[in-house]
Amino acid sequence: MNPTLTDIIRDGLWHNNPGLVQLLGLCPLLAISGTMVNAIGLGIATTLTLLLSNVLVSLIRNHARPEIRIPVYVLIIASIVTAIELAMNAWFHGLYLILGIFIPLIVTNCAIIGRAEAFASRNSVPRAALDGLMMGLGFTGVLIALGALREVLGQGTLMANAHLLFGEWGHGMTLQLYPSEHGFLLALLPPGAFMAMGLLIAAKNWIDSQFEAEPAPSADESATESETAPDNA
Amino acid sequence: MRFRTESSPHMIPAHSVGGVMQQVQMALVPGTLAMAWFFGWGVLVNVVLAVLFAVAFEAAIVAARKRPVMTTLGDNSAIVTGWLFALAVPPLTPIWVTLIGIAFAIIVAKHLYGGLGYNPFNPAMVGYVVVLVSFPREMALWPAPDTLSDMSLGLGQTLQTVLTGSLPAAMDWDAITRATPLDAMREGLGTGRTVSEITASPMFGSFSESSWEWIGNFFLLGGLYLLFRRIIHWHIPVAVILGVAIPAGFFWILDPDSFASPAFHVFSGAVIIGAFFIATDPVSASTTPLGRILYGAGIGLLIFVIRTWGGYPDAVAFAVLLMNMVAPTLDHLTRPRIFGRSRRGPPPGDGHA
Repeated sequence: MNPTLTDIIRDGLWHNNPGLVQLLGLCPLLAISGTMVNAIGLGIATTLTLLLSNVLVSLIRNHARPEIRIPVYVLIIASIVTAIELAMNAWFHGLYLILGIFIPLIVTNCAIIGRAEAFASRNSVPRAALDGLMMGLGFTGVLIALGALREVLGQGTLMANAHLLFGEWGHGMTLQLYPSEHGFLLALLPPGAFMAMGLLIAAKNWIDSQFEAEPAPSADESATESETAPDNA
Repeated sequence: MRFRTESSPHMIPAHSVGGVMQQVQMALVPGTLAMAWFFGWGVLVNVVLAVLFAVAFEAAIVAARKRPVMTTLGDNSAIVTGWLFALAVPPLTPIWVTLIGIAFAIIVAKHLYGGLGYNPFNPAMVGYVVVLVSFPREMALWPAPDTLSDMSLGLGQTLQTVLTGSLPAAMDWDAITRATPLDAMREGLGTGRTVSEITASPMFGSFSESSWEWIGNFFLLGGLYLLFRRIIHWHIPVAVILGVAIPAGFFWILDPDSFASPAFHVFSGAVIIGAFFIATDPVSASTTPLGRILYGAGIGLLIFVIRTWGGYPDAVAFAVLLMNMVAPTLDHLTRPRIFGRSRRGPPPGDGHA
């Protein structure tokens, strides 16, 4: 049953991507992906939270009684998010102001408690850490793709306000592709977020179907691999 | 003697889809010509461009979906979609706005949902709402009715404006555009003036208002033709108009200074064309008699509510799309009784059913 390390990486980044496949954490995903910098900021914060919460949950997995495990997970996640929120407030204050309520709301991101319950509470610390990192990177990837798409369509820029994330030299990273007054405003509005998300999911499914059309090469191989994997639970 | 027997259906529908859509196009002609009379060549240019784009996108997406292109184009529905879109946008809309709106209407609102018959939302209104929320500046540029404006654009100048997005030299938008009656009413009430002050002001102008009324009358003519040919049923148009007029009348009687009269509400803006041509879309509207009345009344009420307290001067497109969402539920809740059965199911006393 236990997935191999490559499986964990593949699941997090693609096959079981929290944004595109599990559709978890849609609220911050859709609300914050208006620009690429916001997306990167929230993506990093979420990845850190996922990584740390998976490690901590995995550490206590044999001590927390099953009846109270969910409140314990919530407490752990809330503490981590509070720490990250304070850190962002201190070092990325501009970005912190823009992201606003969505940083504390990482607590309620179902992708995090979902991974804690479904993976970290059943796996060893290194595997849980890898899973948290890969799920976080997968989520960040979707956030960035969505943010880039909406920013280009909506205001004709890429990496606007990059100085909020990268310091003063970030000013030079902003690309102005066309004058912002011709922007496609819908892309910045909530319905545009839903449509762009739908298009991304469609693109992912289309790519999958292109690969499935070819004969599947390694179905037996991965099955035997996961059988021989050490049982860590 | 031998009797010829045929299997069902025994009642052949009187109209094909393509035929219905042709009738709708014929019914749109008088209103469109009236609009062109008041607003100039731009209306006709818009209609031609939007219809061309709509047919081109329809052909492209149908080919991409590997369906028979000519059969699908034969239902003429893309033409009606493009035409309605063109009537909704201002007459001098730049060509790229029309292109984007029609692309959304045909590709996203119609064919991503499965094509004609499967689209839950009215495609023309989806396209219009997309450009309305995306390009507020372009969508606000309604020219003054032609008879009022000193500088009317010829066909060549109109084409140049539509293609390049900028007016010919020596003209500017401030000179040829003007607030629509709904705009003026909305802004006037917003700044605390009374209805009678607003309608008396020269900027409003009774002629500006009456030009919209004439356009409404000609669309009404086309709508009555559709009713007469039984392309549409009376339920939706009547319910939409009453749905606007009754709440408008109620508030007008309570406070005639801060609420416009029901006649103003019905004949300004898009209520008439919306009631007869847009709300009656056979695909996205409700289909039971009671459902149609509720659907139309909901559209009317939403038009009044959004116009009065909402963020946009007119609201037909929003109201239609919102009620499109409700239409399947309305159909489900208002299913007519099946003949020979009680409303709850089997007929009373029919033990074995």
